[in-house]
Amino acid sequence: MTKLVQNEMLKLIAKKRLIVIGIIIGVLVILFTYAQYKETETQRKKLGTSDWRTILQQQIVDTTNRLSSSRISDEWKKQLQISLQQKQYYLDHDINPAEPGAPTFIRIFLENSIDLFIPLMVMVIASDLVSSEHSMGTVKLLLTRPVKRWKILLSKYITLCLAVSLIIAIAGILSYLISGTVFGYKGWGAPILTGFNITDEGLSTSDVRLLSLWEFLLMDLGLVWFVAIVVGTLSFMLSVLIRSTAAGMGVMLAALISGAILSNMVSSWESAKYFFMVNLRLTDYMKGSAPPIEGMNLSFSMMVLLVWWAAALIVSFVVFTKRDVY
Amino acid sequence: MKKNITLSVKDLKKKIGRKEIIKGLSFDLREGEVFGFLGPNGAGKTTTIRMLVGLIKPTSGTIHIGGYNIEAQFSEAMKNLGCIVENPELYPFLSGYNNLLHFARMLEGIGEERIHEVTKLAGLTERIHDKVKTYSLGMRQRLGIAQALLGNPKVLILDEPTNGLDPAGIREMREFIRFLAEKEGLSVLVSSHLLSEIQQLCDRVAIISKGRIITTDTVENLLSNRERVQWVMNPSEKGKQVLRELTKVEEREDGTVLTEFDEQGTPLWNKRLVEAGVSVLEMNRKMPVLEDLFLELTGGETID
Repeated sequence: MTKLVQNEMLKLIAKKRLIVIGIIIGVLVILFTYAQYKETETQRKKLGTSDWRTILQQQIVDTTNRLSSSRISDEWKKQLQISLQQKQYYLDHDINPAEPGAPTFIRIFLENSIDLFIPLMVMVIASDLVSSEHSMGTVKLLLTRPVKRWKILLSKYITLCLAVSLIIAIAGILSYLISGTVFGYKGWGAPILTGFNITDEGLSTSDVRLLSLWEFLLMDLGLVWFVAIVVGTLSFMLSVLIRSTAAGMGVMLAALISGAILSNMVSSWESAKYFFMVNLRLTDYMKGSAPPIEGMNLSFSMMVLLVWWAAALIVSFVVFTKRDVY
Repeated sequence: MKKNITLSVKDLKKKIGRKEIIKGLSFDLREGEVFGFLGPNGAGKTTTIRMLVGLIKPTSGTIHIGGYNIEAQFSEAMKNLGCIVENPELYPFLSGYNNLLHFARMLEGIGEERIHEVTKLAGLTERIHDKVKTYSLGMRQRLGIAQALLGNPKVLILDEPTNGLDPAGIREMREFIRFLAEKEGLSVLVSSHLLSEIQQLCDRVAIISKGRIITTDTVENLLSNRERVQWVMNPSEKGKQVLRELTKVEEREDGTVLTEFDEQGTPLWNKRLVEAGVSVLEMNRKMPVLEDLFLELTGGETID
């Protein structure tokens, strides 16, 4: 098995996919760092002060103003109220919600890339892992060697998991190193709040706990990894089912984008919560923002994703071991 | 004494949907022989080969390679098999050496030494560290065979091995295959829709059409059973009349006449002709080409 995984790694490295992904992440992190820097600067200018308390105060005033407007929907209103309560909590407890520094940047970066960017990168690798063997015709050699088919597929899956872990490590390390040059490398111990529960009455702060940022980041990373593995497994299945890499990628991309769109409009279509793509923003539960559909929470989303993951894995292995290869 | 059977196929069938594509094939391959699989495109050659190498599951029937059933003992059976199915498709972004290394890792106990050995055998030593995408088709074909030989197989299956090669390449490939069978004792199964190729390369041939084997025999037997005598006579018309009374006559456009060859009959017919006052200008024994044979056996089904 080690030798088979070695083979897959050899091919993956020869295709230079990981390097391309590294470059993409690098470029994006530079862009985001600059954007973040600009944002802080304009806010500073607008408020004429760099004191976060004033900024937070200002945000609370802004939000309250928006809430009093009659044109906003109930849905949006609820979300704003929750965010307002949260900000108030930060202010009351003298906690800076956006303690500047590289670790905070990583947190923001991960939270924003969990449902589209990281899955996209994972897809680049996963979607042609099997289908490319078909399009190159090498699958005929691979499957006529004295190695059982499930072992070949498993070696590919292990390689995928390794690559996913590597991508997330690259994302974490690059965003730390690059953003650190602008925001500084400190801030690991900054306190951060988690455990907000959205209940029918709104935000419940009964379970709120303070965590050090590094602890929070570890949890974030774990969630991102979990999402990436699920998305990777799904594209892996498509790669087994659809012989054309482009078609497989298209299907997966459509699913991911529809997830991003659906999250904004499915609040009344309750059964949509069983789609994997509306459940990808796991890190949002940590921050305590309202879920796209009522009744969703962290464990629910993880269960949904787990079911999709298992189904995709089963389908992949059954189809791959049984199918006639032409 | 008969040599060991290395590949044995019994009553192999394949249905796709409701259509039966392969309708019960049986044949054996022996050590050291080159076995030809001849048939028009769409006759079921490739489907059969894909079943032999385990890419397609047969609907019924059994395949044994080196004595192992390929369904029940897949790994053991595959250890005895090397193959190229259709084109020699290897990883273009890897070097020839890395390709071989890749497939050697899938075999037990095959190390660098064997990689060098097959590289030399295929004559690729100089270019082995170049990327495969820079190789010519002939070199890819040779690398494909090197790959197939890595595990010291007993059976080599080559699907259309000379497809796309130039005449020099075809000859080189033919010599290489003969060498493997005669000197290394491999059983080689070669499929082709080119009659001339099979005729020059193979010891035995199975002729397949529409999913059935029409006949299996040695190339020699197949041809000698259908030897012909070509007659050139004067006067031609009278000669034809005489022969028609004696045997089946086939008239050719150029005015000559073909009859079958019969060791007892032919001299007798000649005598009759002379007695009837017909002078026999030429009597040629003609070995038929597989082309004629095929047309005869399949009842004129076209081959391209």
